[in-house]
Parts: sequence; structure tokens; C-alpha cells
Amino acid sequence: MHEFSLVMSMLDLAEKAARADGARRISAIHLEIGALAGVVPEALEFAFEGARVGTMAADARLEVTYLPAIAYCAACQSEFELDNRFGIAVCPSCDTPSADLRQGRELQLAHLEVEE
Amino acid sequence: MSGPAEPTVPATPGVPMRAVTVSPHGTVATPGARVVQVQKSLMVHNDGVAAANREAFRGSLVLNVVSSPGSGKTALLERTVRDLAGDLSVAIVVGDLETDNDAERLHAAGAPSVQIVTGTVCHLEAEMVARAVDQLELDGLDLLVIENVGNLVCPAAWDLGEDLRITLLSVTEGEDKPLKYPRIFKDADAVVINKIDIAEVVGFDRERALDSVRKVAPGATVFELSARTGEGVGAWLDFLRAQRAAKATLGAVGANEPG
Repeated sequence: MHEFSLVMSMLDLAEKAARADGARRISAIHLEIGALAGVVPEALEFAFEGARVGTMAADARLEVTYLPAIAYCAACQSEFELDNRFGIAVCPSCDTPSADLRQGRELQLAHLEVEE
Repeated sequence: MSGPAEPTVPATPGVPMRAVTVSPHGTVATPGARVVQVQKSLMVHNDGVAAANREAFRGSLVLNVVSSPGSGKTALLERTVRDLAGDLSVAIVVGDLETDNDAERLHAAGAPSVQIVTGTVCHLEAEMVARAVDQLELDGLDLLVIENVGNLVCPAAWDLGEDLRITLLSVTEGEDKPLKYPRIFKDADAVVINKIDIAEVVGFDRERALDSVRKVAPGATVFELSARTGEGVGAWLDFLRAQRAAKATLGAVGANEPG
């Protein structure tokens, strides 16, 4: 249940960005989360329900875009999407394993919607 | 708290808030709201502390050892401390939800050890490590080992300032563990397969396990050993000595970028 730590960090960053913009209320928080970030969506939502109380984001929507894991195959010089169930990083074209993960670890606060 | 506009999706407590009105970047879904771009990692604070740790650890080789509970992290470290005695100086920071049993075991093996009791927290964070190492003498220390909380999911994203991530797997756990917990294996610089002394008894399929590691973490160095009997431990110790020497010479080691 490390999602609670992530949500606390998210709310801290969101409130700072909203205040810096002169806003008083956050109406939406948009996250980008990689397939290999180790985040359970239900746990994230559960943590958010508890943690947002009394913050500028008390009434905010939480919108999450889940990004697929993508690795780079040096042999084919091309990117390929990993099987997200197992994170197997073997190129589907040439069967070479790749350690070069280009996307999938993201835990990113992308943008907010704020109001006065 | 009441606002001027109703959110597009009512924030009903208890109702899952899965994205329903996912708006493209720059599009405002709530009337009267404006978009503020942030584009910051949720790990930004931790990563800053980890960078400071890495600077403070520049004189030592630092390992972050992760595994599920009971894979033998502490047993491997006891063996490592005893076998490196008189060769490399070792200190240990160990995280557990409760008790300081592991720090006592490692202290008895001959290494200064600090226990971090995390309570309910399922992973170590860079700040916890920074506080713990205050109790250690880092000057002249060859090897600092951080034994993470036994957990194959939660510790993955937290950079602690280590040089190398070491992921343990024991033969009792099933050969497909790397496929089930891909992230923690994918970020490993080295994978240690422990308890090989009982591999036959538990019907461990070595080839299948190595294939799982290769598919998920093709860049990782693999060690097969028994912390209990000492079989295979020589290669592990040689690896540590070589990595220690490389860091002393180059100032940095490690194939994988920190999570």
C-alpha cells in the first residue's frame, strides 16, 4: 500500500502548483502512470479518497492515464510494447531480450484543473 | 468546501474515481476551470534526497537489497559480512515493519548495523536512509548495504541513493517470480538465486528460473548460491570486490538507471 505515500506526494505538489498559480481550488488532478510503476488503481483511488479531505483538492476528480511499457530493441533499432501482464522485454520481431526500457516507470503529475 | 461549478464527475465518497472524463492535455473539462501544467514526478522529493545520499555515499559502494520476505536477505548479508571480514569494511541499514532482530543478527556477524522500523510503511524511502546513516561512520567505509523491507512491489520506485539494486529470489518461491513481479527484477543490476542447497528437494527448475530472469532482466548479473552452506558465494564476493574497486576508480558503477 505504497500508494498512500504517492498520493501524499501528489497532493503536496498539486497544492504548491495551484497556489503558485493563484488558484484556491483544484477541480481535477491528472496523473500519468506507467504499466511498470507498481501502482494498483483501486489502491490509488482508495488512498486519494482518504487523503484529499481538507485539502484544496477535496472535491477534485482524479484522472489517470496509464502508459504502456515500451522497450527499445537495439538489433531491430525499433521500439516495442511489452506484454504488460508479465513485463517480458523480448523483442517480438527478433526474440532478443532488451534491458532498455523507454517507458513504463512513470509516476507523473501531468496537469491540474484549478479554479479561483 | 463548495465551489462555483459542479465537477463533471461528482466526487462521491466510496465510488471509484476511475477516469471517466479523461481530457486531452490543455482541455478544460470543468466549466470555469483553467489548466495548470505541472509535469513533475511524484518521486521528486525522494529523488532529491536520494541524490544527496548518493553524494554522501561517494566513498562507499552502496547496495539496495530487495526480495520477498524469507528469501534469505539477512542470511546472505551475515555470510557476506563474515566472509569479507578483514578485506572490506561493511555497514548495514536494515528495514523491517517491526523488531530490530535483523540488525542484531547482522551486528553479531560483525557489521555496524542500524535498524529502521517502518511500522506500517511497506518500503524504505531515501529520507529514512539519510536519518539512519547518521548513526554510522561513513568515512573509510567500503560497503554500505541497505536491506529493504521484504516486499517485491512497494520498494521498486524509491531510489535510496544506491549504486546497485540487488534482487533476491529463493528456490522455494517458484521459477516464474520475475514474471510475476517484473518491475523489481527489471531494475536489478544483479539477481541472486538463494537456497540452491535445497533446490532438488523442492523440485526447483533451474533452467526455467534463469529463462524468467533473462526475459525480464536481460542486463542483470545472476548469482546462484546458498547463504547457508556457502556454495556459490565466492562469485558474489568477487563481484562486490570488483564493484567496490570500480567505484573507487571511476566514482560510479551500475548498469541500470535508478527507478
